[in-house]
Formats: sequence, C-alpha cells, structure tokens
Amino acid sequence: MTRDDAFLQFLLRMGDNTLVLGHRVSEWCGHAPVLEEDIALANTALDLIGQTQMWLALAGEVQGDGKSADDLAFLRDAWDFRNALLVEVPNGDFGRTLMRQFLFDSWHKLMLERLKGSSDERVAAIAEKAVKEVTYHVERSRDTVIGLGDGTEESHARMQEALDYLWPYVGELFAGDAVDAEMVAADIAPDPASLRADYDAILAEVMAEATLSIPKSGFAHKGGRDGRMHTEHLGHLLTSMQWLQRAYPGARW
Amino acid sequence: MYAQMIKTASDGIKSRDEMSDEERTFQDKIDADIKIEPKDWMPEDYRRTLIRQIGQHAHSEVVGQLPEGNWITRAPTLERKAILLAKVQDEAGHGLYLYSAAETLGVSRDELVEMLLSGKMKYSSIFNYPTLNWADIGAVGWLVDGAAIINQVALQRTSYGPYSRAMIRICKEESFHARQGYHAIMAMAFGTPEQKKMAQDAVNRLWFPALMMFGPSDKDSVHSEQSMAWKIKIKTNDELRQQFVDQTVPQILYLGLDLPDPNIQWNEERGHYDFSDPDWSEFFNVIKGNGPCNTDRLAARGKAWDDGQWVRDGLLAHSRKKAAARMAAE
Amino acid sequence: MKNEWPLWEIFIRGQHGMSHRHVGSLHAPDAAMAIKNARDVYTRRNEGVSIWVVEAQHVAASSPSDKGPLYEPSESKVYRHPTFFDIPEEVGAM
Repeated sequence: MTRDDAFLQFLLRMGDNTLVLGHRVSEWCGHAPVLEEDIALANTALDLIGQTQMWLALAGEVQGDGKSADDLAFLRDAWDFRNALLVEVPNGDFGRTLMRQFLFDSWHKLMLERLKGSSDERVAAIAEKAVKEVTYHVERSRDTVIGLGDGTEESHARMQEALDYLWPYVGELFAGDAVDAEMVAADIAPDPASLRADYDAILAEVMAEATLSIPKSGFAHKGGRDGRMHTEHLGHLLTSMQWLQRAYPGARW
Repeated sequence: MYAQMIKTASDGIKSRDEMSDEERTFQDKIDADIKIEPKDWMPEDYRRTLIRQIGQHAHSEVVGQLPEGNWITRAPTLERKAILLAKVQDEAGHGLYLYSAAETLGVSRDELVEMLLSGKMKYSSIFNYPTLNWADIGAVGWLVDGAAIINQVALQRTSYGPYSRAMIRICKEESFHARQGYHAIMAMAFGTPEQKKMAQDAVNRLWFPALMMFGPSDKDSVHSEQSMAWKIKIKTNDELRQQFVDQTVPQILYLGLDLPDPNIQWNEERGHYDFSDPDWSEFFNVIKGNGPCNTDRLAARGKAWDDGQWVRDGLLAHSRKKAAARMAAE
Repeated sequence: MKNEWPLWEIFIRGQHGMSHRHVGSLHAPDAAMAIKNARDVYTRRNEGVSIWVVEAQHVAASSPSDKGPLYEPSESKVYRHPTFFDIPEEVGAM
C-alpha cells in the first residue's frame, strides 16, 4: 500500500462516516418529537453534509481521477464505502438516534482535535472547521443522553436498550489497521487506539450521570472501515441516496 | 393562504354605532395602523379568529415539511441535499414562530397540535398533494413558496403585533426558498429530455393546487369582510391569485415549458393574464379530507407526536429532578 | 401534572455591539436546554453571539391600563407612521 492509497482510504473513512450519518440524521426531518429537536437535528445533519463535501472533495483530489465529492458519494457501491458500521445502523427511536450520535460525536471530537495538528494542512484545515461544529454536537447529544437516561422509567429503559444495541459497534472506531499505521507514520492522523482511554473516561462520566450501565462485553463488529463487511442496512440507504444519479447517468442537477 | 378557509366567529361587521367604547377604540387603533399587542383589549371574535388563522398557518408550515422532506434522502447531489434540508428546517422554524405568536393569545402549542391531530384545525390544502419526482421539489419552492410569499408579504402589515413580527421574520428567511426552487427547476428544464419531462410534469400537476392556495373566489369567500376590517387579511383571495399568475407565467415561459393551462392569455384591457379557475369541487374535497395525501400527512404528524411523548416526558422529568436537587442543596 | 415544556422568551445580541433584542420564543424543559434550542432555532443564519433566555411566566409587562399615559402622547403624531403618507401606486413598493 502506498502512502497515497492509505491517505485515500483514511479520507474515505472520514467522509463516509459523515456522509452516512448525515443521511441518517436527515431522515428525522419533519418527524422529531418536538419542533426544537427537529430543527436541532437538521443543523447536525447539515454540518455533517458540509464536512462530507470537504472530506470527499479532498479524497477525489488525492485519488487523482478527477472525481468530485458527488461522484464519490453517489456513484460508489456498498463495498467501496469505508464508514464505521455504527453510523449506518437504522435510526430506531429518538433515543437510539441520540445515543448513536453521542457515541459517534465523542469519538469524532477526539479525532478532530488530533487532526488539527495533522502534517497535511488540508486535513488540519478541515478538522479546524469541523471541530467547532462537533463540539456543539457532542454537547447537545450528551445532554440528551443524560436527560433521557435520568428521565422517566420509560426513557431510562429505552436509553439502556439503545446503549446495549449500539455498544458492539463502538469498538470498530478504535481498531487500527495498516492504513492507520501508514497515517501515523506520515503524521497525518493518530492511531485510533490512542483515543480509547479518553473516550472511555468521557463515557464513564456521562453514563454515570445518565444512570446507564455500559455493557461489559468487549465484542466489536467490524468490517465497515475496511469495506470487508457492511450491514444489510447500507445497501438500502444507498438505494435511496443514489437513485437519481444512477437512474439518469450524466444528468446535471 | 396557508390559512384558506378561516371562519370569523361573528356574522357581519358591526357599524360604529353598534360598537361598544372598547370596540370602537380597538377599531380606531387598527384603522390608524397601530398594532394590537397581547395584553391589549380585543374582541373575543378577533382573538378566536386569529388563533384559527395563525394556528392553521403554523400547522401548514409543519405539515408542509412532509412533502418536501419526502425527497431529502433522495436529493441528487450533496449541495441539493443541504439546500433542501435547510429549507425544510426553515419550515419547522416558521411553524415554531407562528405557534409562539398563537400562544400569546392564550392557547398552548400542545393544545394547537392536538386540534390539528383531531382534525379540529386544518392546514393548507396544497400539502395534501404528493411530491412524485425530483422536479416537484423545485416546483414546490418556486410555485408553492412563491404563492405563500405573496400572501405573507401582505401579512407583514397584519394588525396583530406578534403575528406581524413572525411574518416579517419569516419573509426575510423565505426569500431564498422560491429562488432555490426556481434554480433547481431551471437545471432540469435546461437539462436532459427526461429532466425536462420531470419539470413539465411537476408544473402541470402543481399549477392548479398552487392557485387553490389563495382560497375560494371572492364571491364565494364569506368571511373575508370582517377579516379585512380587522386587518388580519390584507388583500382578497382573487387579488392575490391574480398577482401570483401575473408574476409566474413569464417565469414558466422563460423555462421553455408549456403553460399548464390553455386559457392563460395576456389581457391587454385588464393589464393581467386571464386564466382558468381551478376545479373548486376538488378543492373542497381536499379540504374535507379527501386529497391524495390527507390521511398519510396526519398519520405522519400523529406518529411523530405519539412516538415523541416519552422523549418530551423524559427530558422534562430530568429537568424537574435537577431543579429539585438544586432547591434541596440551597 | 401538566407535561408541556415551559415557554421561554429568547433575547439575542448580534455582532455589532447592539444590546440583546427579543427575537421570539420557544419551548424547552429547562434554561440550559432553552439556550441550546435558541442557538439552533434563532441563530441559523449567524444572527447572534450571545443568548439570554427568560421563562415567559417570569416576564413582568406593563398592563394595558398604563397604555394611555405611557403611549398616548405619541399617538397624535400620526406622521410617524409610514401609512400617513399617500404614495401613488405607480411608484411601487416603498
């Protein structure tokens, strides 16, 4: 694997995470529990779509085939996607959506903080902009997880169920591989495993306040970041997302 | 517009002689274009009519999220997706501003939502039509928001202060909605033959429903007179509709699309375009609940509301616990 | 117990050194969430740099009976109202 190959993979991982999660969150528009939440979720989705445009544009540039962010988003098939499985699982209820958001946001913020110091200026610039947005995302998702975890009996039960369901998808965020090793060597991105201790500390604090129990199991589903095995859900998501581009090749929108 | 069939509570307008002193002072203020504010005295009918009108307007914004939201996950580019999402988010915001304005009249948002869900309050007929192809998204922004803006610009001068201020804010934010819609449909009208076909299909399907947004013809609109006297309605339905047709026909022609009504023709004498009336029996049917999407729209709002109950309760319960703990600590 | 989230009045200070201005209201379970909601609802277009929230029921307002002495002196100055001036329609919007 050349450094550029690894760099491309890294950029796709960042961009596909925000692409797929932004898509999922946008599904809530018009359906949230209260107007204020509807508007807040749309803001999160908009930030993530904006970040996607930056990551995938850079990915296209590094790839060097003249592909735009849209080409990469709308014309790759499932096996080419490099997002963590966590972001492609269906929204479920509002509790699961916000739990997923918090689990992702907490990782995302730690990652972006480190990427601000990337040796690649373009990566550092994207991280600089994105981290401001994500700092707010995690504040909001954190408060919601705490509020619902420590709310009513029903909200508590639903949040515990959400955490139990999502927990096996957390480990993948920290599982490094050859791509990551190459990024560390180039000083472009940190070793994902190096973020884990901070992440666990944040989670322990927030879940304690939310009166939720972090599952004991260390099992982690994998396959999204390297594209080896996605969930069945991704294909359906792409079917909607890519439909117009696929049905009318070459049309400009 | 977004409030099409508002019944004023009373019949007919009182003459000055029939008015009480309070009523006369109130009407004088309105005639002098002085805004009525929440704590001011106001006739009960004025208050009730406004609750219906603002409530219906708010419901229309929120139900109006659904037909456009229908395409957020299928938007063809990242930029179009972001624009559409921002736009539909604005509609939620506008619903929120309008509910807040209605709340100053002594009704809560939850009460209004329950009246929507139980069918006691309506929303604009336009949102009971489906969005079937991507060009519909352009057409909704251009035609539907275009029609709404005509009405809302007039309503900035409405007599009730909170309503007027909400309209001013909404108009400021809406300015990009019609433009983004036209921009999207331009790309298609000037695109591939299939895209042009989509654009034509959207304009054909949405033209008459858009005309219906202004409500029944003046000769059949029985409640306008009192609302005009109270300045909660500023122009008549037919005036607004004509304004919309005059502004929109050249825009259709610019796109190179066929006009959706063979009777559209410039009338030199009137200085306006002539056009066909929409099918008013269809309009009244949609209002009654028989539009293509009435059932689905209400079901979607009902589901969001019911599914959200535990969330609203949960967050409130947590806030109360925190507040109680703070009190105990003090 | 009534379970509707309380109503909050939102005040935002923009970027140009003006004082906080009332921009509207919203619902939230508590003050902290009201501030967050205000950020999402009322600063979507970069409108503000500082947010105040006040629960609506704690806002004290002048009562309508004060209105005579407080405001009537200005009512005779009808020329302050734009509609005082008849502008020919041909001129267009103004």
